[in-house]
Amino acid sequence: MSIRERLSGNEAAATAMKQINPDVVAAFPITPSTEIPQYFSTFVANGAVDTEFVAVESEHSAMSACIGAEAAGARAMTATSANGLSLMWEMIYIASSLRLPIVLSLVNRAVSGPLNIHNDHSDAMGVRDSGWIMLFSENNQEAYDNTLMAHRIAENEKVMLPLMVCQDGFITSHSIENIELVEDDKVKEFVGEYHPKHYLLNQDEPIAVGPLDVQSYLFEHKAQQAEAMKNAKQVILDVAKDFEKMTGRKYGLFEEYKMDDAEVAIVCMNSTAGTTKAVVNKLREQGKKVGLLKLRVFRPFPVDEVAEALSHLKAVAILDKADSLNAAGGALFEDVTSAMYVNKKQVPAVNYIYGIGGRDTRADEIEKVYNDLFEIVKTGEVKNPYRYLGLRKEAED
Amino acid sequence: MTNIDSNTPMEKMTMGGNIYEAGNAREFKTGDWRSVRPVFLSEKCKQCGLCFAVCPDDAIPVGCDQKRGDFNYDYCKGCGVCAKTCPFGAIEMKEEE
Repeated sequence: MSIRERLSGNEAAATAMKQINPDVVAAFPITPSTEIPQYFSTFVANGAVDTEFVAVESEHSAMSACIGAEAAGARAMTATSANGLSLMWEMIYIASSLRLPIVLSLVNRAVSGPLNIHNDHSDAMGVRDSGWIMLFSENNQEAYDNTLMAHRIAENEKVMLPLMVCQDGFITSHSIENIELVEDDKVKEFVGEYHPKHYLLNQDEPIAVGPLDVQSYLFEHKAQQAEAMKNAKQVILDVAKDFEKMTGRKYGLFEEYKMDDAEVAIVCMNSTAGTTKAVVNKLREQGKKVGLLKLRVFRPFPVDEVAEALSHLKAVAILDKADSLNAAGGALFEDVTSAMYVNKKQVPAVNYIYGIGGRDTRADEIEKVYNDLFEIVKTGEVKNPYRYLGLRKEAED
Repeated sequence: MTNIDSNTPMEKMTMGGNIYEAGNAREFKTGDWRSVRPVFLSEKCKQCGLCFAVCPDDAIPVGCDQKRGDFNYDYCKGCGVCAKTCPFGAIEMKEEE
């Protein structure tokens, strides 16, 4: 029997970490993820876990300590947000290139400046090309479930890549929701022990990690990372299948909500999917054929699957909670549209930058997006594919 | 572990460039960095033992008889420290062709 609880998103992430009981947690507090290491240090103090908790002096050191621990052969975890991730940035690339399956709980927050501690996805988008697997979570349950699945994916022999589980700062991290927890012993069995093939503390095999990688080698090592990222897609699905057997909760690369007969749809990630589902339900009652594609796996990007899932639409809106400031559109928009282009799926597409710096995105705004999409279907024209949602502005777009 | 060099395909390379064998510097021949080469003039050599001690790369082999032999050009990078050190002019530096 699963355990019914009510937890905040941060509590859910920390509880998953407690049940995983990793060898090392090295973390530095930063809003809104502060509670994760805070709760976890309580578990350490109470003896609920036997993890070595390293109270480091910065996020750069947090990721460095995780890298050292993983290279030594341990299982290491951390948590951060926004500028904390920015400070880790150098080590983020080193973790993935040294193929160390560290698991990070990223509670999404705007990267300053000007200074803002609230939710958007600019922190995650900043590391989207760093070679980390990136899972997004609509609610606390998904943040918990994704964390339980993380090590099985990251540590798979064909993958060996670090993984971050994203959730929306404050919106889910600080909201208490009903949640179903898996029993400790079941989690232990599901996650399993970590036995890396090669590690620094193996006295029978002295190895060197992270040597100089000159012109003759780095290209091939990067291609190996790319190959591992491609492999991750199937592994993510396999692990989800096992997870479903244990919990009954089904996960894929993305969730298709009322997409079968949808004429127009929204693509988005994290908590906005919850708001969008409510709007979809409302519009469906009015007989409007609307749908939602909620992306769970952002890296590896499910290029062919997303293109196929959207191919029958008459118009699609991609919602980005971070602006790429490239005068072209957000990162998710670029990925989705290029996925469709290479798969020869021609659907009118429009991008909305929304919710920047924690700006609330309300149901009526999501409804406006669907109305805009129907307008695009009617006129067959996308006047401006790069738009803002909920922005104060004198002139109309 | 098999040798990895600039002809090794990506499938045969180790993950992250990890090196799974200790003491493998021997496999990495650095002699092709050299632009000037030391030439050993054995008739002038008094076997004083100053040169091999200053070689940064162990490129002057010394036998069990405590006598030095000719240079190991697989590893000598042509720095010339040995030629400067030799009091007897038994090492001459010559341009590589």
